[in-house]
Amino acid sequence: MSEKTSRVLSRGLLHTVIILIAVLWLIPTIGVLITSFRPAQDVANSGWWTVLGNMFNSARLTLRNYNVVLSRLGVGRAFLNSFIITIPATIIPLSIALLAAYALGWMKFFGHTFVFMALIALLVVPLQMTFIPVLRIFNKLGLAGSFPGIWLAHSGYGLPLAIYMLYNSISGLPKELFDSASIDGASSFHTFLYIVLPLSVPIVASLAIFQFLWVWNDLLVALIYLGGTPDVAPITVQISSLVGSYGQDWELLTAAVFISIVPSLIIFFSLQRYFVRGILAGSVKG
Amino acid sequence: MWPPEVATNPFPVHRKIKMYTKKSTPWLYLAPALTLLGFFLVYPSFHTLYLSFFDKGSNAFVGAGNYIYAFTNRVMLTAFRNNALWVVVFSAITVFLGLVLAVLLDRVRYEVIIKSIIFMPMAISFVGASVIWKFVYAFRPAGAPQIGTLNALLQRFHLPPVAWLIERPWVNNLCLILVGVWVWTGFCLVVLSASYKSIPRQLLEAARVDGASEWRIFWRVILPLLVPTVTVLTTTMAVFVLKVFDIIYVMTNGNFGTEVIANRMYKEMFQFGNFGRSSAIAVVLLVLVLPMMFLNMHRFKREEK
Repeated sequence: MSEKTSRVLSRGLLHTVIILIAVLWLIPTIGVLITSFRPAQDVANSGWWTVLGNMFNSARLTLRNYNVVLSRLGVGRAFLNSFIITIPATIIPLSIALLAAYALGWMKFFGHTFVFMALIALLVVPLQMTFIPVLRIFNKLGLAGSFPGIWLAHSGYGLPLAIYMLYNSISGLPKELFDSASIDGASSFHTFLYIVLPLSVPIVASLAIFQFLWVWNDLLVALIYLGGTPDVAPITVQISSLVGSYGQDWELLTAAVFISIVPSLIIFFSLQRYFVRGILAGSVKG
Repeated sequence: MWPPEVATNPFPVHRKIKMYTKKSTPWLYLAPALTLLGFFLVYPSFHTLYLSFFDKGSNAFVGAGNYIYAFTNRVMLTAFRNNALWVVVFSAITVFLGLVLAVLLDRVRYEVIIKSIIFMPMAISFVGASVIWKFVYAFRPAGAPQIGTLNALLQRFHLPPVAWLIERPWVNNLCLILVGVWVWTGFCLVVLSASYKSIPRQLLEAARVDGASEWRIFWRVILPLLVPTVTVLTTTMAVFVLKVFDIIYVMTNGNFGTEVIANRMYKEMFQFGNFGRSSAIAVVLLVLVLPMMFLNMHRFKREEK
């Protein structure tokens, strides 16, 4: 075999392997997407792939599943709840973390190392360690099963990573900026407002996506603190309870799942750049 | 879903010179954060440790009773075995696949598209992913039309259908792990790909000019340079997946021998209302991640010096 044919063959193999993996990765999602548009009868009697063969003639597609799921199975309400939970649970911890990271990055004070070490330790504490005591206090204060309760809980749990990542970025800003601000007589808060904040926009964007997706996709924290209260349950909790009660009604489950992933997919694809940058800033440097 | 320990990594260089302000100023900036951290993480952790030595309703002291339960109960032992399986198989496959894909994708022009496809499940919740895969694994008795993708494939080749989520102990656990792999491989791919692209191209060219095969270059040049990244990533994945909960909760709820520690903790808390046992199980989880905690703190101290 000549050098050239062997090269062509190995390129062909490379493309085949890559495309095969990509297709395998996509199949489960495509199956769910197609199923969510099929009538219940069809879903029960034939596989979703049969639609592909007769896309233009006999395949029957419908929006009815979405209608049922949104209006009758509580997914519409849960979808709204997810937004009500996620937006404050993203903004609150990020604002608090910005202030803390600024102090840790540029102020000298007694106990600095201790605070930072505690923060590093908290990064890996399993949330399971906190549920019982916090839930007991929440019950006493009437915060269990309420939106403010879960906003606070997500804020607390999101802080270690947020402060840590913001600290890495803020402490890396050029020292000269802070020197000249201080010579000009800027207060620490002015320096924060006019120097730190504007320069932190990219990392804040990355973190906001992290926190948004983490809260939007969270099941455990919502189960613990919102537990048995359907009118505040987010979409993840709602879907997991539908799996119990409508386990075989795939056309309904798939429609509910698809509704739940639309916002995160939109955020993901429109802001993928920031998302990837955040992962790389947080994990492995170059 | 996000592992907070994503941040466990080589630390960037920190600046030594700090701004001088009034003594109280830094604490004003830190106060909201410290209050929340204290209330939601520090205080509860100590309280949970305390509760783990008490009975069901946190009234009578039971000594190590809950821990003896945690390490001898049959279901707990299954949970430990499954968690070990998750840690080993999940971390190994996600990092390995991520590495292979990072190297392979670098050689094709449509790299970005494929990366997006592999990375896309990261946007989907574990709950969503669980339903998506439950449908792939859907099972009906032999003879009935199979609507699950995998069993339909078997039917096409005239093989009997498999109850993927019931067949214990290996088939169902591996099927559950596969869901996690589907979601998290993209993460490993992104990290490893960035690391791979930072290797100077001249290094690889030089090896090629010297006549080294691609295979040899991978083992002798690329891999050694990626070892630090691979190590950090593997430990990150391992610590993260130790706490796996959603997939099990939605797909099997720990039935058919698929129980894991985190799901057990949840059941003890809500289903059985046993706060002592539940706390002890949480403490066991914490102890399992302690090495990682010390490693991070050690690394930070070294950076500071």
